[in-house]
Amino acid sequence: MAVGLTLIFGVMRVVNFAHGDMMVWGMYLAWILSTRAGIDPYVGFIACAAALFVMGWVTQRLLVDRIVDAPHEMQILLMLGVALVLENVALVAFGPDPQRVRSPLRAATFWLGPVFVDVTRLVTFALALALTLALYLFLTRTDLGRTMRAAADNAYGALVIGTDVRRVYAAAFGIGAACVGAAGALVSPILPFQPAGGLSLSVASFNIVIIGGMGSLPGAFLGGLLVSVAESLGAVFLSPSMKELVSFSLLIVILLFRPAGLFGKTAA
Amino acid sequence: MKWLAAAALVVLLLLPAVLNSYVVTVFIFIFFYAFLGQAWNIVGGYAGQLSAGHAAFVGIGAYTSAVLSVQAGLTPWIGMLVGGLLSAVLGTVVGYLGFRFGLRGFYFVLLTVAFGEVCRIVALNTDAVGGALGYYITFTGNPWQFQFQDNRVYYYVALGLMLIATGIVAAIERRRFGAYLIAIREDETACEALGVNTFRYKMLAMIVSSFLTGVGGTFYAFYLFSLQPGAVFGIPLSVEIIIRPIVGGAGTVMGPILGSFILSPLAEVSRIYFGQGGWAGAHLIAYGLLLIAVVLFLPQGAYPALRRLWARAAR
Amino acid sequence: MPPLLQVAGISKRFGGLVAVRDLSLEMARGEVLGLIGPNGAGKTTAFNLLSGFLTPDRGEVRFDGHPLAGLKPHTICGLGLARTFQIVRPFPHLSVLDNVRVGALGRRPQMAEAREKARAVIDRVGLGAKTDHAAAGLTLADRKRLELARALATEPTLLLLDEVMAGLNPTETAAIVGLIQRINEDGVSILLIEHNMRAVMTLSHRIAVLNFGEKIVEGPPAAVANHPRVIEAYLGEEYVHAPAC
Repeated sequence: MAVGLTLIFGVMRVVNFAHGDMMVWGMYLAWILSTRAGIDPYVGFIACAAALFVMGWVTQRLLVDRIVDAPHEMQILLMLGVALVLENVALVAFGPDPQRVRSPLRAATFWLGPVFVDVTRLVTFALALALTLALYLFLTRTDLGRTMRAAADNAYGALVIGTDVRRVYAAAFGIGAACVGAAGALVSPILPFQPAGGLSLSVASFNIVIIGGMGSLPGAFLGGLLVSVAESLGAVFLSPSMKELVSFSLLIVILLFRPAGLFGKTAA
Repeated sequence: MKWLAAAALVVLLLLPAVLNSYVVTVFIFIFFYAFLGQAWNIVGGYAGQLSAGHAAFVGIGAYTSAVLSVQAGLTPWIGMLVGGLLSAVLGTVVGYLGFRFGLRGFYFVLLTVAFGEVCRIVALNTDAVGGALGYYITFTGNPWQFQFQDNRVYYYVALGLMLIATGIVAAIERRRFGAYLIAIREDETACEALGVNTFRYKMLAMIVSSFLTGVGGTFYAFYLFSLQPGAVFGIPLSVEIIIRPIVGGAGTVMGPILGSFILSPLAEVSRIYFGQGGWAGAHLIAYGLLLIAVVLFLPQGAYPALRRLWARAAR
Repeated sequence: MPPLLQVAGISKRFGGLVAVRDLSLEMARGEVLGLIGPNGAGKTTAFNLLSGFLTPDRGEVRFDGHPLAGLKPHTICGLGLARTFQIVRPFPHLSVLDNVRVGALGRRPQMAEAREKARAVIDRVGLGAKTDHAAAGLTLADRKRLELARALATEPTLLLLDEVMAGLNPTETAAIVGLIQRINEDGVSILLIEHNMRAVMTLSHRIAVLNFGEKIVEGPPAAVANHPRVIEAYLGEEYVHAPAC
């Protein structure tokens, strides 16, 4: 999910505050697919990704496009507005109670040496890794991917050589949203979700992306691992409800001392 | 324009005599949120430092005066100042960290959100202030304890707060402090080259803003009588605070007031019509749409647009 | 009386690139010193070092006897050293008057007094007709005047002008040259970076030439213009022995 956010930022220098809320929609879509159509989220995530791709594309074309050159404050406020809309439409549509998706793999576990492995989490991890690799290949091997990276490095230059920059931006936003949709679906059997959870997911994404470095894909992935480990350790040593405190404190520290993160390009 | 404002003021002063208690309550919220928005306006509107964690100051002010009143019997009229002071301390810390480390734009927003959330989590986990269950104040109706039997007294207190904050903002705008803040918002680097100590003025804005917001916390505590960490420190309150000046016109004197007069009734109406059943969050959808509309079409807010219309009509 | 500006061996490197190497300069009061050199020679970096936007790795700068080490840009401006930016930075939403007033408020904290000072400076630079226009709507030439006016409003003793003539046509350039001369006659010392050779020759009492971060030549305009190392720096070795055109 952080990978999607960093892509959007890297290409367009727009920070997607609605990221977490989009993810929640991904989760709800997976839930719908699961309960109404009986499709397992580990298969259905593709549909979720596709649906969110559309959502991202539309959002970009309709809204974000107009303010790509606007001052940062305006972009933040716009995405905040989008977040509010998404979160509360979800609230109205699905109600405030937490949900969880049931997957047939749910109960399966096995021992791997001294470690107790949960199959659902393993599958999630494997698929996330696979998707990240796929994205990486896309960005480095395909034309559109390379164009995206060019636009990220130098928007004006890309314009000069005839790129349809708006289309690239829309694609980037769409893919970023798709990542999050997939993420949502993959995680839906593990994490309970509710409309109000959008914010903490957004913040978690920002946390990870800033730590790993804005605009850097490997940074986002490694950042994700780092933050999860830190949070888990926090949950072990402090009380579980304080683990959010750990991630926020980490965020503050990183913001102050190394806003470029571990691998990142600096912000414009 | 001036006589219009004076006339409006007279009307507002006389209204409680003719309105029923429910409408009076609506006005109380209009004034109160306008006050908070005006306080935010100093640092968020004029200086352009978007703080999305201002609820933290409300919370600190609220809990401080509440605890001092309940545990130590200190009258909230003084507790209000203590609460404001503690909020100003947090404001100083956040401002110092943000400005000294050169955090701008998105990064500063995130810093303020982080601090807000940290406060919330700490409050949630501190049983001495009620933890997750919240902190409660018993209603005594005693004016010395900042409690009033009559809703109308709250009305005048809230109105007074709003006017005081507006007066402070107007005074700031007229002086060098205001001119510097506006210039900082336009281009900080150019300001530095012109001899403006940008760090000092941003800090000053932050301190004044957080102090006032903290004072507002006391009103919150002694009007609602119950403090929940999620409600009083959380992002939703921060959104309520910033959306009024932004919609009404950030960096203008009338902006937060106009914004509050637009948004509070809107929230009330949607709460009435949609509050039943599963439509509880509907007013927030309206907020979101309004925010999007403002950013796309009226980036300077409603008040500057109205002023332009008025100027055109006058010709 | 000490020189107005004393730069002693300042250096600045960014990672592997040495932008300014062991630069030393002196300026007397009332002087106009031109700073020229090919693109990338380190001129703007030198300005940033003098005005406090960058700190030198080595060396010292003294302005009117004050060491500038570790001082912030706004403090340095308060001491009397003002600068303009190569890419002008007006306050876009503010009027010309409000723009210049921000500069004036430094020495005249009362709003009314600052306003009067701002009006005077605006008239001095020839922008009087546009006093109430929004800065964003000005032509480039006017924006340059605005940048100049703002810096002048801080009542500097030394003014650093960074390529103030870039992008102007000959008429506009001639006007700005005249303006700078008048400002200098009023008693403001000027250090200017310029690529427009004719303007530099006209305005400067002395010229210093930078190449690859080092000062290679310094002296009166005529001496500098024909100096072989200067020709080499701009045009390359082959032209050093070419006959004058």
